[in-house]
Amino acid sequence: MSSVLYDAPGPRAKRRNVLLSVAFFILLALALWWIWQTMDDKGQLKWALWKPFTESQAWTTYLLPGLADTLKAAALAMVIALPLGAFFGISRLSDHRWVRVPAGAVVEFFRSIPVLLLMLFANEFYARYTGVGTEQRPLYAVVTGLVLYNASVLAEIVRAGILSLPKGQSEAAMAIGLRKGQTMTAVLLPQAVTAMLPAIVSQMVVIVKDTALGGVMIGFTELLNTRSTLAAVYANVIPSFIVVAVIFIVINFLITSFASWLEGRLRRGKKSTGVVLGPATVAGTEATGAGGSI
Amino acid sequence: MFDFLSDYDDPSIWGAFWMTVKLTALSGVGSLVWGTLLAAMRVSPVPLMRGFGTAYVNIVRNIPLTVIILFTSLGLADIFGVTMGSSDFKVQGFRLAILGLVAYTAAFVCEAIRSGINTVPLGQAEAARAIGLSFSQTLSLIILPQAFRSVIGPLANVLIALTKNTTVAAAIGVAEAAYLMKQMIENEAQTLLIGAVFAFGFVVLTLPTGLILGWLSKRLAVKR
Repeated sequence: MSSVLYDAPGPRAKRRNVLLSVAFFILLALALWWIWQTMDDKGQLKWALWKPFTESQAWTTYLLPGLADTLKAAALAMVIALPLGAFFGISRLSDHRWVRVPAGAVVEFFRSIPVLLLMLFANEFYARYTGVGTEQRPLYAVVTGLVLYNASVLAEIVRAGILSLPKGQSEAAMAIGLRKGQTMTAVLLPQAVTAMLPAIVSQMVVIVKDTALGGVMIGFTELLNTRSTLAAVYANVIPSFIVVAVIFIVINFLITSFASWLEGRLRRGKKSTGVVLGPATVAGTEATGAGGSI
Repeated sequence: MFDFLSDYDDPSIWGAFWMTVKLTALSGVGSLVWGTLLAAMRVSPVPLMRGFGTAYVNIVRNIPLTVIILFTSLGLADIFGVTMGSSDFKVQGFRLAILGLVAYTAAFVCEAIRSGINTVPLGQAEAARAIGLSFSQTLSLIILPQAFRSVIGPLANVLIALTKNTTVAAAIGVAEAAYLMKQMIENEAQTLLIGAVFAFGFVVLTLPTGLILGWLSKRLAVKR
């Protein structure tokens, strides 16, 4: 697509492109040089600060347990949010107004408030009204916040998945005498699930990223939280930030790649009659939608 | 029942939500500009700029915003000495939060605009080239104006997400809504009421944004 915006470069355009490349390269190089220089000045390049990451202790004491907690919270949130999201998504499509409207209100409400507020609230709620131990409470609070928010996002994905199926599917199901429940479970859902798998997998990226909020704000010992303990021990602020960022990038990159592989496979496979829902399709489905995969 | 709300004045409840609005507005404008520049880079004829744009978006999108915001304070300010032209801790935190939010949100704005560029029919760009417009003229006079009109919906989603994401600034002590809520909910007995008040505040902030921009996106969409 992008090549349509400009002609195949002639001699003058080639010269100009080279010139722009050089200018941009110099800018980038200057920025990198400044970063390198400042890090050197502040002693952040000293091998002693980076060395911990080549030894097992920093990993086994801080990073890996943190990563395990991040993944545990994310996995729990996903597993609990999925059925909840499916329930609300299907409820929103109900023929009964008294089911559709409340389900819609719940979904829109939880989609429009920040996850952080949900986590803070859940944390305090568990502390005051339940017997959840102090040790476990941050995990509970983080998972609760993530579940409430992501269930409502998943509800929209499920709804979009079901709506993407051609009308003929439910009409045919009705014509052979299936009841509404049967139509949903035997005809619509199986097709919709394949269509929305890529979108569901990409939602995992959002969940993984949001666990970091719990680490800073309510003391959940996930990766970003154990980073600060690690940085306090080895006094390596910048190196530890870089390592943690790289870990997050790698995990999320793997999830995103898996999602797009799945999307491509489903598109080629033609098993379902619906549109395959990538992350972008869902983000744009609703005008009042509360943010896609951010 | 609502007495406790007036017990707080640093920040007050209005001050806290006003801070949220300021963070949203300033980072919204900032990320729109930076995101458009990134999108322009990603479709430009200069390979190095394309590579930079792609790398930037793919890296930034996959880092949690919390990591970025925390880094602006602990890394940029404390180590790199980027004080954002102020030695006052509060002003500095506010500006650093905006910097972090812009850096993060721009990646999503860029992707939204790029998808908008893809919706503009090929004939538009071809016609522009046929009458001799250069790349920057084609982009700024023909393609982007049409692309923007078709991505108001997705951009509204980004703006709503940004409004909610400003709460992350509480991690570096910016006195906005989540910061105040954390203080209140830890010190006051009315847990449920506090939760309801702040949730209501965000519903009030995000719902009109979605409705107005949703209406605007239908009105301004290029009829094809």
